[in-house]
Amino acid sequence: MSILAYGVAAWLLLVGLWGIVNSRNLVHQVICVSVVQASTYVLLVAVGYRSGAVAPVFSGVRVGTIAVDPVVQALCLTDVVVGTTVTALLLALVVQWHKRTGSLDPDQVDDLDEQG
Amino acid sequence: MTPRTRRLLFLASAPVLGIVVVAGLVGLPRFGHSTAQYGRVLNAVSVPERHITDVVTAVNFDYRGVDTMGEEFIFFAAVAGVVLLLGTQADESPGHVEDAATGRWVPPTSDAVRVLGLALVGPTVLFAIYVIAHGHLTPGGGFQGGVVLATAVLLVYLAGEYQHLHGLYPDRAIEGLEAGGAAAYVALGIAGLALSGSFLANWAPLGKLGHLNSAGIVPILNVVVGAEIAAGFVLLLSAFLHQTLILRRHVRPPAPVDPHRRQP
Repeated sequence: MSILAYGVAAWLLLVGLWGIVNSRNLVHQVICVSVVQASTYVLLVAVGYRSGAVAPVFSGVRVGTIAVDPVVQALCLTDVVVGTTVTALLLALVVQWHKRTGSLDPDQVDDLDEQG
Repeated sequence: MTPRTRRLLFLASAPVLGIVVVAGLVGLPRFGHSTAQYGRVLNAVSVPERHITDVVTAVNFDYRGVDTMGEEFIFFAAVAGVVLLLGTQADESPGHVEDAATGRWVPPTSDAVRVLGLALVGPTVLFAIYVIAHGHLTPGGGFQGGVVLATAVLLVYLAGEYQHLHGLYPDRAIEGLEAGGAAAYVALGIAGLALSGSFLANWAPLGKLGHLNSAGIVPILNVVVGAEIAAGFVLLLSAFLHQTLILRRHVRPPAPVDPHRRQP
């Protein structure tokens, strides 16, 4: 199970990076950044998991019942919020870039000074 | 940089990253055998100490409430950045940029979308209030509920035409709500400093476990965060939708089309 859980995180990191490197479209590239970030969600939740444990919510569950680690889940929430804001900022930059150059090709984003 | 050089550079550096990642993953506890002590302690103490049944919320809004304040300001700064980036720039006026695919046929909003969109607004607002209000009892809270609340506004935009609605949009009030939510979080923290001697201390009465008005200041923090996140997402949505308006304003409306003929 260890290999499967942590392997998914490593795989998401790998495909996300590969997508960023090979992207032909800036919107696609921004989505690839989100995929890389998704690997951190999987890793955080996997690190806190305990076999047979319940969610760390004690409504209707007796206190003392073995529950998974709430700290990493709280971190995951922060991660999601930051991920959303990063995506929004990057997409805003892409919109402006497309308006200025009419292109979404990452290969043409070389000389910001010349074209901007 | 050509795609080829980029790929070669990646293939050359990926093994180094791979070694570091694998070395890190191997050092982690086996899946299902988390050994984290803080989590165990928090699971044990948050119900008796703070009357919060959702321990994740207890971490975010009580034990590590300061971190959430930082997170809130990350969001605040990012929304400000997007609004600045997507505002009408100095060298452009609305309608300056033309749609790249001119003469494209933009279908009008269908009656089905209008009816369903408006019908969903009420339940969405209710669900958002439920998620925000129960953050300390069951999974949810200000961040999650705030996003749901912003979705209700998106449904209104979807059901109506954005170009007709953007004039009604109370942008000053929305900006005020976002800034007010962020400020209220800090104010509640300072109140803790004044009343209990530490910033963001849980100074309000803890109430009865499992009740809506329990957990001290945590539900209040969830409400102010919910207001900030909802207002922030509405600002984000309208900033992006404003761009479509700039792009489409000067495209001439297409000639009437026979609805039974397929569009090429």
